[in-house]
Amino acid sequence: MIELDAVINLETLVYVGAIGLVAIGALGLALSNHLFRMLLALGIAESGANLLLILSGYRPDATAPIIGYGPVGASMVDPLPQVLVLTAIVIGVGVQAMAVAMLVRVFRVYGTLDVRELRKRMELEVSTAAGMPVPTSEQAPAGERPLPPVPAYRPSYGPIQPRES
Amino acid sequence: MRSIASLLFAGGLAFLLLALGAQLALGDPAMRVGAEYLRIAGPELGAANIVTAILAGYRGLDTLGELSILFAAATAAGLVLGRRRADAPRDPPGGLILRAGADLLFPLLVVVGIYIVAHGHLTPGGGFQGGVILAAAFFVAVLADPSRTLNHAAISWIEGLAGASFILIGIWALVEDGHFLAPLLGTGTMGQLLSAGTLPLLSVAIGLKVGSELAGLMADISDTEARDQ
Amino acid sequence: MLTWVALVVVVLMLVSAVAVLVLDNFVAAVAATSVVGLGLAVLYVMLQAPDVALTEAAVGAGLSGVILALALRRLGLWYLEEGDRGAAHPLVPSSHSDGRGGDHHA
Repeated sequence: MIELDAVINLETLVYVGAIGLVAIGALGLALSNHLFRMLLALGIAESGANLLLILSGYRPDATAPIIGYGPVGASMVDPLPQVLVLTAIVIGVGVQAMAVAMLVRVFRVYGTLDVRELRKRMELEVSTAAGMPVPTSEQAPAGERPLPPVPAYRPSYGPIQPRES
Repeated sequence: MRSIASLLFAGGLAFLLLALGAQLALGDPAMRVGAEYLRIAGPELGAANIVTAILAGYRGLDTLGELSILFAAATAAGLVLGRRRADAPRDPPGGLILRAGADLLFPLLVVVGIYIVAHGHLTPGGGFQGGVILAAAFFVAVLADPSRTLNHAAISWIEGLAGASFILIGIWALVEDGHFLAPLLGTGTMGQLLSAGTLPLLSVAIGLKVGSELAGLMADISDTEARDQ
Repeated sequence: MLTWVALVVVVLMLVSAVAVLVLDNFVAAVAATSVVGLGLAVLYVMLQAPDVALTEAAVGAGLSGVILALALRRLGLWYLEEGDRGAAHPLVPSSHSDGRGGDHHA
């Protein structure tokens, strides 16, 4: 078996994994166009952060902070990050459940979870409620700078004169 | 444009975390508070599981805060989802595997959950883990047969009583010892089931509260209808 | 030896995390989230944190998956085959969002 311990040790490996999870979660949160996928990405970013916290208390030759787990007199890893991460995991599932409830509500009212479609429907609803006209594409194309005003049609020649023969 | 900005953001975040972590003493943490807890948790509280001892003993107030957060999330989710109409259609019952599996798993999960809650101060476990397993046990039964709903009134009563008993134990400690949630009732012999003072009582309170809360939350989500009619 | 196991678990976790964002089918994405939770539980045991491993296995790989799967049913996103679900690719900000991103069907 190749000696992997000479190249990389456990802490660096888990460290790269934790930061990778946070980066993947942040990327997914910023790039996704669907609210449910944003929720999944948020959960992944939370998991990465918890892993980083537990890693900060790890010591290579130590054992778990339970009396009787390892040999008597062995040193133990830091118990404090473990307590905090225990709390954080349970709070994470509470937050996910609350987000699911809100997503169900949004879906019930608007019928879609795609972010761009949702924005259009919300604008439609707000404009209707305020009595304003909905912007059509010639006057205000969605998301881009408005087109220059269309000049009135002006023929290059005058009105057609009757022929004088 | 948005993709490039997102990639830059994620790259910057990763770089920031890498730079901060390079200064982290990976593999040799300076356990200033942790070492103190490790030294005195055994003799002072009599609990073998030091994580539970910190969770319910030294940092009991943080646990109370977490219970409040869970309560707020479950209540808010229930409020947002609203009630179901009485005649709305329910999900069809689960297939054969789910029904047979639920019949087999329900007693096992309940026993494992109670074991983990009760032995929280001796072996890895505690209130949160056991509470989650108890919630899963009750919810598997609901998933297999959705017409058999959970009794929301009973769940609310159990949750309220468990939370109130947690606070009452803390107030009793305040009256007796001068500090909220101070450990009481002596330590007993380490390794016995009835040891470590009020720690098992607090674990049971946490387990019941978390379990009933999560079961009620999942029942709320599964009770909502698919569309507003 | 343990480092090899950790390497495999970390690679599996990162690949599943990428798969959560890339897969079109939402049921598969929720399953990949559970796989990430499972990998994390194994890593927590290797980092000498059995309490946290128990919690992560129960919550991340168990309860969270159930809550998300229930949500999928309520949001009308529960479909196993591709069928008539032509949704745009989730990561590419598509220029032709002609209502096909809408998620309701009778």
